Amino acid sequence: MTETGTRPATRTGTDVTVAIGRAQAHYVRCIDDDRLEEWPDFFTETCHYRITTADNHRRGLPAGLMWADTRGMLTDRVSALREANIYERQSYRHIIGQPAILRESDTESPTGGGIEVESETPFLVVRITGDGPMDLFASGRYLDRYLIDGPTALLRSRVVVCDSSETDTLLALPL
Amino acid sequence: MDRLNGPTAPPLADRLWPTSLSQVPYWAFQDEDVLRAEHDRLFHGPYWSYLCLEAELAQPGDYCTTFIGEQPVLVTRDVDGEVYAFENRCAHRGALIAMADHGHAKDFTCVYHAWTYNLQGDLTAVAFQDGIGGKGGMPPEFCLSAHGPRKLRLATVNGLVFGSLSNDVPGIEEYLGEQVLEKIDRVLGGRTPVVLGRFTQKLPNNWKLYVENVKDSYHASILHLFFTTFGINKLSQRGGIIVDESGGHHVSYSAIDRTADTDADYSQQNIRSESEYSLVDPSMLDGFSEVGDDVTLQILSVFPGFVLQQIQNSVAVRQILPRAVDSTTLNWTYLGFDSDTEAQRLTRLKQSNLVGPAGYVSMEDGCIGGFVQRGIAGAGHEFATLQMGGDQAVSSESRVTEASVRGFWKAYRDGMGFTLEDQ
Repeated sequence: MTETGTRPATRTGTDVTVAIGRAQAHYVRCIDDDRLEEWPDFFTETCHYRITTADNHRRGLPAGLMWADTRGMLTDRVSALREANIYERQSYRHIIGQPAILRESDTESPTGGGIEVESETPFLVVRITGDGPMDLFASGRYLDRYLIDGPTALLRSRVVVCDSSETDTLLALPL
Repeated sequence: MDRLNGPTAPPLADRLWPTSLSQVPYWAFQDEDVLRAEHDRLFHGPYWSYLCLEAELAQPGDYCTTFIGEQPVLVTRDVDGEVYAFENRCAHRGALIAMADHGHAKDFTCVYHAWTYNLQGDLTAVAFQDGIGGKGGMPPEFCLSAHGPRKLRLATVNGLVFGSLSNDVPGIEEYLGEQVLEKIDRVLGGRTPVVLGRFTQKLPNNWKLYVENVKDSYHASILHLFFTTFGINKLSQRGGIIVDESGGHHVSYSAIDRTADTDADYSQQNIRSESEYSLVDPSMLDGFSEVGDDVTLQILSVFPGFVLQQIQNSVAVRQILPRAVDSTTLNWTYLGFDSDTEAQRLTRLKQSNLVGPAGYVSMEDGCIGGFVQRGIAGAGHEFATLQMGGDQAVSSESRVTEASVRGFWKAYRDGMGFTLEDQ
């Protein structure tokens, strides 16, 4: 285990900041371009995804606005949004900051050895309802555990910590 | 308790309200004067409002800040182990006494001029009360005990803390009635709740539109497809509605019907709920019997703005607070119990997906009130019609009814003091 700053590149030559930055750029494009069906592919099969608030996070309260521990549950979330739930047409524009790499460790991966990286990335999300109101919908940070295996980076865990406890109207699309 | 004098505004007798419970004038959702009167007559009136959970005040010195309507309230547990509540407003110049949502304190000191209160809300010290060097200071006759925030009447039911700003409110048992008390006890009795998460939703509509929605068992499996498709809640399930005598409180419940399996009633109605849909990971729906019976859904409301829900194993309380004519704060507190096994706790976390601002079966409730608020713009003289299941506000074995919505309006118009007239 290494405190970062001391090891910008892994033993496989992958720069974790680059790998994570690339993965996150595609992650937000996937949501913002309404290709939600591809969103679960950013996660490992067994994973954790939770949207919570800074207050809950600080108090160690475990529930989420969205809560999943398998990729299947993420797929179900998308299916529900497509087929079941009613909400006004809307889209997001994610603006993400640089990932801060907090910790790296060797880990098992499907190809043998990989690296698990903990990172934190700040985000802002603008929500556009219909073609109309454009609101700053959420700010917060992604607390992530990435599995980096060669050039690919998959999320083992993403806890979306929203700074405010308040959600305007409803939260339909994932953050 | 002193200074709890009940309604602080006269009845709105100059307003005409339909005699029939099946008509609701849209101006009730639009009028600033009506909202003002609701604060004065309902939230400050002879009613009980939910404040917080006892579980949120576990230790002496724990406190939380909450609201009755717009009124800020501070709830504490003192060293004597008792719960106290008082206005969160300094007796000096009106600043908030406590600003954090929750915390732990020995006493409270107003940041403005350091007036200090104990955990029961008594004013105990005034900075520079005697002045400095014999100059300044409060007049000698100033009496600490004559100043202080108003202390609320308090009542606790199965760990739910209710408060009232009126001495005219009946005792909580009488207020709720036996049937509602029994259904609260069914979910919360004999076990200690644990808070699993807290979320706030800002709704773009009048608070009463959300209350109507909570009480409306008719919409549940029409608007919320997720429910119906997975058999969590179908109107053909065994269930019913309880409306208390005042009309203001209700319980809607449904249970697994182990004898019936007819979907015919549904498929003939041409409602959206029949579309094809299946889950990749259905583990979320692998629930357990919440309290050992077959009831999988119980929604309970207490006038004016409290909800206790059990939806499968998702147990939560909701606090409804008006913030403007067309804006409402909805506070969700998700609960588990200290007796939960690890597997039960996991089920509750998975089922937190069902409810709240992103809930599979509650997301629509976040926007539907806004659709009504926008829909009725310019139509203050028109009426909503509530005829499903008749024109009474009584208990029923059918959930295809608007009886509990009519019940709300019955209690509401009584509380507001409108003049009733055939319209």
